[in-house]
Amino acid sequence: MKKLITAFAMVLGLVGGAHASGNSFPLDKAPNRVNDMAALQNGAKLFVNYCLSCHSAAFMRFNRLRDIGLTDKQIKENLLFTTEKVGDHMKAAIDPKQAKEWFGANPPDLTLAARAFSSHSGTGADYLYTYLRTYYRDSAKATGWNNMAFPSVGMPHVLYELQGERKPVFETVSEHGHEVHKLKGWEQVTPGKMSPLEFDNAVGDLVAFMQWMAEPVQNTRVRIGVWVLVFLSIFTIIAWRLNASFWKDIK
Amino acid sequence: MADFKEVSADAPVGEKVTVWFENRFPTAFDEYKKHLSEYYAPKNFNFWYFFGSLALLVLVIQIVTGIFLVMHYKPDANLAFASVEYIMRDVPWGWLIRYMHSTGASAFFVVVYLHMYRGLIYGSYRKPRELVWIFGCAIFLVLMAEAFMGYLLPWGQMSYWGAQVIVNLFSAIPFIGPDLALLIRGDFVVGDATLNRFFSFHVIAVPLVLLGLVVAHLLALHDVGSNNPDGIEIKATKDEKGIPLDGIPFHPYYSVHDIMGVSVFLMVFSAIVFFAPELGGYFLEYNNFIPADPLKTPNHIAPVWYFTPYYSMLRAVTDRMMFVLVGVVVLATLFGLAKSKMPGAMKGAMAVAAAVLIALMMSIDAKFWGVVVMGGAVIVMFFLPWLDNSPVKSIRYRPSWNKALYAVFVVNFFILGYLGVQPPSPVGEIVSQVGTLLYFGFFALMPWWSTIGECKPVPARVTFAPH
Repeated sequence: MKKLITAFAMVLGLVGGAHASGNSFPLDKAPNRVNDMAALQNGAKLFVNYCLSCHSAAFMRFNRLRDIGLTDKQIKENLLFTTEKVGDHMKAAIDPKQAKEWFGANPPDLTLAARAFSSHSGTGADYLYTYLRTYYRDSAKATGWNNMAFPSVGMPHVLYELQGERKPVFETVSEHGHEVHKLKGWEQVTPGKMSPLEFDNAVGDLVAFMQWMAEPVQNTRVRIGVWVLVFLSIFTIIAWRLNASFWKDIK
Repeated sequence: MADFKEVSADAPVGEKVTVWFENRFPTAFDEYKKHLSEYYAPKNFNFWYFFGSLALLVLVIQIVTGIFLVMHYKPDANLAFASVEYIMRDVPWGWLIRYMHSTGASAFFVVVYLHMYRGLIYGSYRKPRELVWIFGCAIFLVLMAEAFMGYLLPWGQMSYWGAQVIVNLFSAIPFIGPDLALLIRGDFVVGDATLNRFFSFHVIAVPLVLLGLVVAHLLALHDVGSNNPDGIEIKATKDEKGIPLDGIPFHPYYSVHDIMGVSVFLMVFSAIVFFAPELGGYFLEYNNFIPADPLKTPNHIAPVWYFTPYYSMLRAVTDRMMFVLVGVVVLATLFGLAKSKMPGAMKGAMAVAAAVLIALMMSIDAKFWGVVVMGGAVIVMFFLPWLDNSPVKSIRYRPSWNKALYAVFVVNFFILGYLGVQPPSPVGEIVSQVGTLLYFGFFALMPWWSTIGECKPVPARVTFAPH
């Protein structure tokens, strides 16, 4: 794992903080795995290996990962640096001051990314799922990479070794009398370690983890909510009958 | 003081205890009777009458959850955002407290808007309830201040830039504006000083005023008695003991009735808190999950939904709109001069005042008049009791077309609210300008339109079917 971190620390490029906005690239629907422990654990592993080198998740503690079925021992052995404690916040390996010096901007904190990137065109998870899968080579950019969902993104394609290199194939269609450049599909230039299907699956897990991390209590919240509503339904019936028994006197 | 009551030695313990307290604190017993067990409310209250007690419930929810939030929240620009996430993650049940408070803010406006609408359609602001209405309008105004300052505290992007935009509006006021804005912020931009003073206002100063006004609102109401959907004074028909024939004691009849309302309300409230606390980005805005960054302006800054009708009216006042408004002032003045029976000197003064106003409207920036329009949209409601000249109170007995008029008013308010959420657009601008004129037209022309048409006969007793 440490090797990976060093490797990705080296391929880091400029990380712009600007959010993709005013961009109408249609979002793919992220698979809903926020209840799937195995997927969340795999997502946590991917997150720690590929994202945490540069991006913090500073509001999140490592030992909260117990909620997705990991033990303190597993967290310590697989996800922590030796110097870190299991109750620590998930801080990036990079020193923020140095990151600013090297790249001009700090890679944004990702704890709440899945909530912050929500919009009326899709959930934050949909956005992240689309964004992480639509990198392509662009020699005009400083990092050599560009992105369909986040044009001129500052981050290079961190998952490159998994996905390989792809090229978008455009077609020109006429829409309402205008010639429009539309994405038709992708052409694999060099293969990655994973097949396209495996890669989509892995990104789905990663995004599910980020979705869970944005609000770790979300599953508990829904579970409790059901019981609260069951209680209130019964209480409403009681209140209704109580009211009726008092009001029968009023003519 | 009332005579000291004696209780026989073999009386039950409960009675002894009651009498012990009654002798030492009779006020509590008198007030209980005055406001609950012997407060006679009309028996024909309908669905619309739940929202008063619900507003009180939400106020209590906000105060109690607020107390617990303050235990963990840090009003410091460097720590505020993280402390909210700390509440969401590390404080036991902190997430529930926070979601109740954030949902409660929106719920407050929902119930208050419905409560005000009830007053509007049944004429609850008419004599003798003018002060009840005015205290209510003041509560609404203070509530807006409370919500605005509270919204800064999570220190997200929307918190920050929303406060920045609104405080900057004050700097459009001629002469004193820039200094006033500086006084509000305590700095040249929204910063730590602003956060600290908004926190102080939000947790203590404004809630104290709010509670005082709520007490005044309720005391004044209990002095004059509640209105009802028929708009009839139940005190006009009393029995031999002086109790209104159509009145029933608030406790137990309306206390059990309100518990039923509370229960249904809590179901809706809990459904949002537990299943959709962001409510599609309307109750918790997505951008507010990004920490405040003074160097990065979001592309689209919109206030929270409950302010958007007024925000639309603010944006509607452009340079072009100013010409329309000047035209309105000219027409109103000419009409006033032609129709009113004032002495000549008064008419002269009126003409001069109008001329000065027009000169100011032409010389001061439209942005300032936008602020005036936004404030005026709330202030105009205070004058409602003296704008309505209809011989009857309730919409039930007014000419039928009044219902259509109120419907237009409500739809217009929703459209303005919708446009306030959207980014500015040329079509939206024109629609919001028409909407602004409709909103003010409804109030400004009320003295005239409320006298038109034939009212239906008002019955002597309330309409009530036993259930």
